[in-house]
Amino acid sequence: MSEQKNDYKESVFVRFLRATEIDTRLLGMIGALILIWLGFHFYGHFVNGYGAFLTPRNLWNLSVQTSSIAVMATGMVLVIVTRHIDLSVGSLLGFTAMIMGVVQVWVLPQFLGLGHPAIWIITVCVGVAFGALIGAFQGFLIAYLSIPAFIVTLGGLLIWRGASYLVARGETISPVDQTFSLIGGGPYGTIGATGSWILGIVLCVAILFMLVSGRRQRLRFGFPTRPMWAELLIGGVGMAFVLGAVMVMNAYPWPKGIIKRYAAENNIEIPDGGIFISHGFAFPILIAIAVGIAMTFLATRTRFGRYVFAIGGNPEAAELAGINTKKMTMLIFALMGALTGIAAVIASARLKSATLALGQFDELYVIAAAVIGGTSFAGGIGTIYGAILGALVMQSLQSGMVLIGFDSAIQQMVVGGVLVLAVFLDNLYRRNSA
Amino acid sequence: MDNAVASNNTNAESAATPLVAMKDISISFGGIHAVDKASCELYPGEVVGLLGHNGAGKSTLIKILSGAYTRDSGSIYVDGEEATITNPRQAKEYGIETIYQTLALADNVDAAANLYLGREILTRWGTLDDAAMEAETRKVMNRLNPNFTRFKDPVKQLSGGQRQSVAIARAIHFNARILIMDEPTAALGPAETEQVGQLIHQLKGDGIGIFLISHDIHDVFDLADRVVVMKNGAVVGSAKTQDVTKDEVLGMIILGKCPPGAIRGPGALAE
Repeated sequence: MSEQKNDYKESVFVRFLRATEIDTRLLGMIGALILIWLGFHFYGHFVNGYGAFLTPRNLWNLSVQTSSIAVMATGMVLVIVTRHIDLSVGSLLGFTAMIMGVVQVWVLPQFLGLGHPAIWIITVCVGVAFGALIGAFQGFLIAYLSIPAFIVTLGGLLIWRGASYLVARGETISPVDQTFSLIGGGPYGTIGATGSWILGIVLCVAILFMLVSGRRQRLRFGFPTRPMWAELLIGGVGMAFVLGAVMVMNAYPWPKGIIKRYAAENNIEIPDGGIFISHGFAFPILIAIAVGIAMTFLATRTRFGRYVFAIGGNPEAAELAGINTKKMTMLIFALMGALTGIAAVIASARLKSATLALGQFDELYVIAAAVIGGTSFAGGIGTIYGAILGALVMQSLQSGMVLIGFDSAIQQMVVGGVLVLAVFLDNLYRRNSA
Repeated sequence: MDNAVASNNTNAESAATPLVAMKDISISFGGIHAVDKASCELYPGEVVGLLGHNGAGKSTLIKILSGAYTRDSGSIYVDGEEATITNPRQAKEYGIETIYQTLALADNVDAAANLYLGREILTRWGTLDDAAMEAETRKVMNRLNPNFTRFKDPVKQLSGGQRQSVAIARAIHFNARILIMDEPTAALGPAETEQVGQLIHQLKGDGIGIFLISHDIHDVFDLADRVVVMKNGAVVGSAKTQDVTKDEVLGMIILGKCPPGAIRGPGALAE
């Protein structure tokens, strides 16, 4: 770092990076993602005669499929940053989904009647609270009884999977509540074209607001600020990305069958050319975005987040600075559990049922997403946006290989290889930048 | 200069109650008495050198004072009143600040985050006010170490001296009344050691009491008003530096032999 500052003339790229204060790792990940997307698209285009990857339909599906893993990965970042691990999230997801299935299919309809509007709300609350409680319990064992997180959560992996079998004797619980199932996406589980535009504009305003207030804050204390062109560029690229995403999501129309049914239910005449009804953003991706924003806020703007990173950097120093590291550890695992509860809502709503296999192997994808996103097992390093991007990379690989017709054996091998490669590249990057 | 300070100090000593008094402190780890009935005092504006071999129990004793360890028995008095210190936060509430030998910095975050770790400045929304913390940090560091400019880098990337100044800044920024410095110059070059010496003089002038811990007598003899020597977990004795020679203090450290100028402790060799 320091040598770049003095002697030799800096390249345009280096100066660009310094002015914009963009994380090079972020650029690298986005680059990798673009490569993966283009690779799958053109492989499909040239080999199979049809590039199916970069289509609104696939990108929309990708966004929905990524959501559940992405939500959990944001929590896994905090767990790994504090030098722990949570192997139980997949099983906990299955267990929580099963509990929610019982609540909304077997229990609540008896008291409220089938399809009561409060059912989904109660179910979601029960699921999230239940996840948080189990997470807190595991965190308690780790923090106060000093059992290694690896062991506690490995036990959890077996225990919660077994428990979810016991809950329903291995039955699949379905169908879930109608409103609840909307959370999983599907044509009705979206905010439509207008809603997506409104959301897009709100996000753009938020980006502008953050840039302006950040700049004002730095000026208030007389700190150096980014050059104006860099601010404009960041704002421009951010807003273009948001609006682009809106356009892609809106470009994916409802399938004909759904439109026909919808038209019949609402007494709409279908004109000759058919009607174009956009999906827009699906609820799962909205939840993932909201969780991503909330977790980024928590990690970077609050004491809690500051302590998470301080503990990860030097647990002893954190303790000596007066941080209650045990309580923090328990809270972090409780948070991981709550996020797993949210992910369970998304996953079971998407399937419209709670099955025994739900969430199986998710822990591996979640950990992989966090690690590909730059979270270091040595502790103290990791970002929320990195983990979300990591989840997107994992899911892109997975569904890309399905699209071009790789069989599942190859899929697994590629995903495993990419994980190892990603960590290797990350080490390389760190060694060169430090 | 040294004389003036010393006599100043004698006056303060006779007049005031000790800032800190530790009485009959004991702690053991798995049957080993790391500290055994140790007592010592610190007066305002006084520098006490706490000396002893590695493993003599000096760091352990001081970690009890700073709240890192909880004692098995004994009591601590701050300003003459019994103090409850069972964790670092409580120690800080009494104005006891510590610069650890390891510096105890979170390497992955920047200077401001370390300086305010556990005592962050918050905005009125309850979020971290990073800009305010950075501004304060810039002010403090400018006073302590004008060459310090790397406010945005994780402290891992700083030099030993720079890291040390972050740790020192953290200890003195929050109105410390009692400062504990554990081997403060062990990792420093001569110029930086000199700087720390000046800082100690300055803090002493402000009426802060300082414990200087070292296994090397040369580090502390010139800076300290008084020395307390420990051996095998017990206090050999204490003496004003003007009443004893370096050789006599060395004898205390190595042999546990208490010279005539010193006040005997329970750990002293029988005569």
